[in-house]
Amino acid sequence: MAIRSFFVPFLLFGLYFYSSLSPVLSLYEDQVGLMDWHQQYIGKVKQAVFSTQKTGRRRVIVSTEENVIASLDLRHGEIFWRHLLGSDDVIDGIDIGLGKYVITLSSGGSILRSWNLPDGQMVWESYLQGPKHSKSFLLVPTNLKIEKDSVIVVFSNGRLHAVSCIDGEVLWKKDFEAESFEVQQVIKPPGSDLIYVVGFAASSQFEMYQINGRNGELLKHESTTFSSGFLGEVSLVSSETVVALDSTGSILLTISFQNGEISFQQTPISNLYEHFSGPAIIIPSSVPGIFAIKTNAITIFIRVIGEGMLEVAEKTNHETAISDSLPLSEGQQAFALIQHAGSEIHLAVKLAHDWDGNLLKESIKMNQQRGLVHKVFINNYIRTDKSHGFRVLIVMEDHSLLLLQQGTIVWSREDGLASIIDVTTSELPVERDGVSVAKVEHNLFEWLKGHMLKLKGTLMLASPEDVALIQSMRLKSSEKSKMTRDHNGFRKLLIVLTRAGKLFALHTGDGHIVWSHLLRSLHKSEPCQSPIGLNLYQWQVPHHHAMDENPSVLVVSRCGPSSDAPGVLSFIDTYTGNELSSLSLAHAVAQVIPLPYTDSTEQRLHLLIDSDKHAHLYPKTSEALSIFKREFSNIYWYSVEGHNGIIKGHALKYECTGKVADEFCFDTRELWSVVFPSESEKIIATVTRKLNEVVHTQAKVIADQDVMYKYISKNLLFVVTVAPKGCGEIGSVTPEESWLVAYLIDTVTGRILHRVTHHGAQGPVHAVFSENWVVYHYFNLRAHRYELSVIELYDQSRADNKDVWKLVLGKHNLTSPISLFSRPEVITKSQSYFFTHSVKAIAVTSTAKGITSKQLLIGTIGDQVLALDKRFLDPRRSVNPTQAEKEEGIIPLTDSLPIIPQSYVTHALRVEGLRGIITVPAKLESTTLVFAHGVDLFFTQLAPSRTYDSLTEDFNYALLLITIVALVAAIFVTWRLSERKELQEKWR
Amino acid sequence: MASIARLLLLVLLSTALTVSSGSGYGYTINGRVKIPQGLGTAGLVLPGKMSNIKVILNGGQIVSYLRPDGYFSFQNIPAGTHLIEVAAIGYFFSPVRVDVSARNPGKVQAALTENRRGLSELVLEPLRDEKYYEIREPFSIMNVVKSPMGLMVGFMLVVVFLMPKLVENMDPEEMRRAQEEMRNQGVPSLASLLPGGGRN
Repeated sequence: MAIRSFFVPFLLFGLYFYSSLSPVLSLYEDQVGLMDWHQQYIGKVKQAVFSTQKTGRRRVIVSTEENVIASLDLRHGEIFWRHLLGSDDVIDGIDIGLGKYVITLSSGGSILRSWNLPDGQMVWESYLQGPKHSKSFLLVPTNLKIEKDSVIVVFSNGRLHAVSCIDGEVLWKKDFEAESFEVQQVIKPPGSDLIYVVGFAASSQFEMYQINGRNGELLKHESTTFSSGFLGEVSLVSSETVVALDSTGSILLTISFQNGEISFQQTPISNLYEHFSGPAIIIPSSVPGIFAIKTNAITIFIRVIGEGMLEVAEKTNHETAISDSLPLSEGQQAFALIQHAGSEIHLAVKLAHDWDGNLLKESIKMNQQRGLVHKVFINNYIRTDKSHGFRVLIVMEDHSLLLLQQGTIVWSREDGLASIIDVTTSELPVERDGVSVAKVEHNLFEWLKGHMLKLKGTLMLASPEDVALIQSMRLKSSEKSKMTRDHNGFRKLLIVLTRAGKLFALHTGDGHIVWSHLLRSLHKSEPCQSPIGLNLYQWQVPHHHAMDENPSVLVVSRCGPSSDAPGVLSFIDTYTGNELSSLSLAHAVAQVIPLPYTDSTEQRLHLLIDSDKHAHLYPKTSEALSIFKREFSNIYWYSVEGHNGIIKGHALKYECTGKVADEFCFDTRELWSVVFPSESEKIIATVTRKLNEVVHTQAKVIADQDVMYKYISKNLLFVVTVAPKGCGEIGSVTPEESWLVAYLIDTVTGRILHRVTHHGAQGPVHAVFSENWVVYHYFNLRAHRYELSVIELYDQSRADNKDVWKLVLGKHNLTSPISLFSRPEVITKSQSYFFTHSVKAIAVTSTAKGITSKQLLIGTIGDQVLALDKRFLDPRRSVNPTQAEKEEGIIPLTDSLPIIPQSYVTHALRVEGLRGIITVPAKLESTTLVFAHGVDLFFTQLAPSRTYDSLTEDFNYALLLITIVALVAAIFVTWRLSERKELQEKWR
Repeated sequence: MASIARLLLLVLLSTALTVSSGSGYGYTINGRVKIPQGLGTAGLVLPGKMSNIKVILNGGQIVSYLRPDGYFSFQNIPAGTHLIEVAAIGYFFSPVRVDVSARNPGKVQAALTENRRGLSELVLEPLRDEKYYEIREPFSIMNVVKSPMGLMVGFMLVVVFLMPKLVENMDPEEMRRAQEEMRNQGVPSLASLLPGGGRN
């Protein structure tokens, strides 16, 4: 009997072993959303047009700075449809034609497209060419018809076009060939067929063309000279009057061109506002009878009364935003005005001719983290009592989009997340005793019920309702979105920096925003005119002896687009999102080097290199300095000067010899430089290994029990240069005049370890460097296909350490010092394969200990992310691998890499506008976390060698429990049976 | 099935002009994306929405969308060899190499780069459907038996019903010795923990 029961624990062990090996090849359709999440965004809205027809759903059509056109649900803010246009195809204007087409003008006014409003299907596309580059305008008049055809009026590239709304055919066109004519406005007064084109010529001449909208005939051309010239934009105050500023910015010009006669009216701004000083600018708007100018911090609204008479309507020093006008009934025009006052915004809707009366006045509490209102769009609806109601769409400084109606925020969209600049991760707080934790399972009964349902699902006995219940249970499992650290390291915070200068913390479990913070240091201020965020670094990662500190990140930003603008540092607590401190630097930030040293509070030492090649140490503490001094001679770095093709290596020299003694500033010296001949090579890509990458083993056991040693160095730089002619697009060069050279350079010594030339190849190059290999993607012009190449580096100097006796007797060279003077004996192996798609980004999976095999994550042109096993890119692949090699797992060589649809980690989703892929190791060795960002965000967990160290998500505990119970019962029964049998035997 | 559909399509298609010299500078590439209807759509994850299909020239230089009838065009293209890719969820398209010749405009030169098949007209069809999900196998008794639990129960049954037979055939002396040995080794077994476990 003992033998029988002895088997039970053994069996259980076997069971665990077996189940952990069960393959998880890819995703089943019902597993979507369990471990991944996908968020869709559109970017900062540039222009919005409302479509509020009586029938159909209410929508708003928007165009954004991410070059998206989208149709949003006005009720909830969800996306109905969305198209991302090409990066060179910038949207200039959008409108709605005939109530059912969305008209977009893009590419500097040369492409006009029409999209079906309900589903976003493109209807037609029209190319508009013209004699010269100019501003472009899109007008969709409601009443202009040519032979029953509705007309779109487009001014672009110095030519006026009338395009049919139905099929995109150009009905007539008129050139404006005057050399210096700069168009400022194209006006179509309602109620007539005339089109006015007004603009400046030769900087001091005002020109007006009157055109017949039916056939493009030029009816009148008038011009007047104004000696002191014009500045900037004009504001349209009526269909026959514009307001401009003179070139000094201090005199307002009211230009009216009624009946084709041009008349000027000059009004110095100081007449209207006595404290006026300095130039003013006109805020572009199109409210009849009113325009706004801005001088210093004051916004002045000015009314136009009668014949060019001006009158100040309101002066304000609050931040304001004004919408375009919205026609109400009987020629009345309304507009919306938003003013900031502390933590509130005041929304006023006024009639254009009645500044003092408000149609609507509301105050709305606004989250300070959203910043200022940048744009306002107004729309009206008829209430049940026939009065007008207004809804207002506002675009905030952090690029979010909000709909205001009846004094509340109806919905908001965090569209700042569409333009992520940099990403880093942070751990969540450790779960402490007493900290209340969201109840995972309510009670045992609920738990069992859940698992019984799952069991039913497994046995395919579940009814459709049950299936739906199971699915919803799995998706909203509160376990994955808890705010504490988990044992497997799946729950983390993704800290993302957006172009708007806002920092978000996203939870990896379900992607919700934990906190967001608009960086004060990235706010426009006097000393810092146009701040831009650059990078995120992990500043403090407490783990050992500083457990009580919260982790923090460093945001490096710069006061302007040029590389010698002064830098700004901000330190943000990642648990709370509070800005701990910020530093305005006196020097620029050209390069940030996180050093592998931390002080006693686990703050990481960072070296900032400025544009004068001085190195500055942060944090500025004496402790950091003493640590730094100890490692002074071991610090090397490199810089890449792409424009003149030089790579330089640097080391530290001594303290700065500036006027002010600064012990945290160091002079540097140049150690080496690699100069590429500018007539034949141009640097297009440089890649290094990730600093925090973990390599598990240096040796690689190959077939026939042989060992190869990987050449693993953190100081390797992979550089790709191309022929200067081949820098352009595909198709611009012939294979003979294009080549691509790949280098591997040691960044401490400047030694070129490997160099390979690909003739007839061309960029763009995307590369990834990991362990001892680099994989790069480029275009092969001869085959006219993309290729992926792999280079692997092996250390030959250790090759003879295989003799056990040598190791035992200590005659190996494993501990011999590495010298700069000795040439490393490196051998390289490489191979190339065809790859079908264009690539937008390429990354590699990373795991906690580096044991798990690697997968390449390739962001394809279709905005999907493909996982490709590194085994497919093994230079030891051959056409006919030997038996031993096959056992080792070498795949027979094929000329192209396979694309298996099931290995798309984004499955049937698109990460629209994909820009980057980030991988973060989980604590569980088998698993890596993948975050892909573009206009959309996508996150998932990936197990490149399957989850060999944990049970899969769909493991059925109930079934296990039932089996165990059954086994125990069976043991009892058999035991009873055998006892009875024994007794009978004894009686015999 | 696929080949028949493709054949039908080729017959049905009218002459789609491919490359024509545009006005001014550059050339125009016109083409058409054709998704076979009814072919494999039953098992498809997402029915390919025409409005979301993009046609991409030279790895992102120009992105174009399809008209309702599947036609697309690229304008102002310089002479040379270009690459056209089609991005459509649910379908695998081969990139197409298109030669725009400066000498004889209007000449069609297009070939799929995946299989080097020449195209007489620039009509792009998916090479195959892409299914992104594994298909759940329908319930069968064999799956349950093969599952870890099934194997465990199976093994259990074997032990329960076959082991006694084996034990019966064993010499009682030997049996007793084996049991004695096990007890002496002190292997913790469930039986010894059970009431009366020590007695047998």
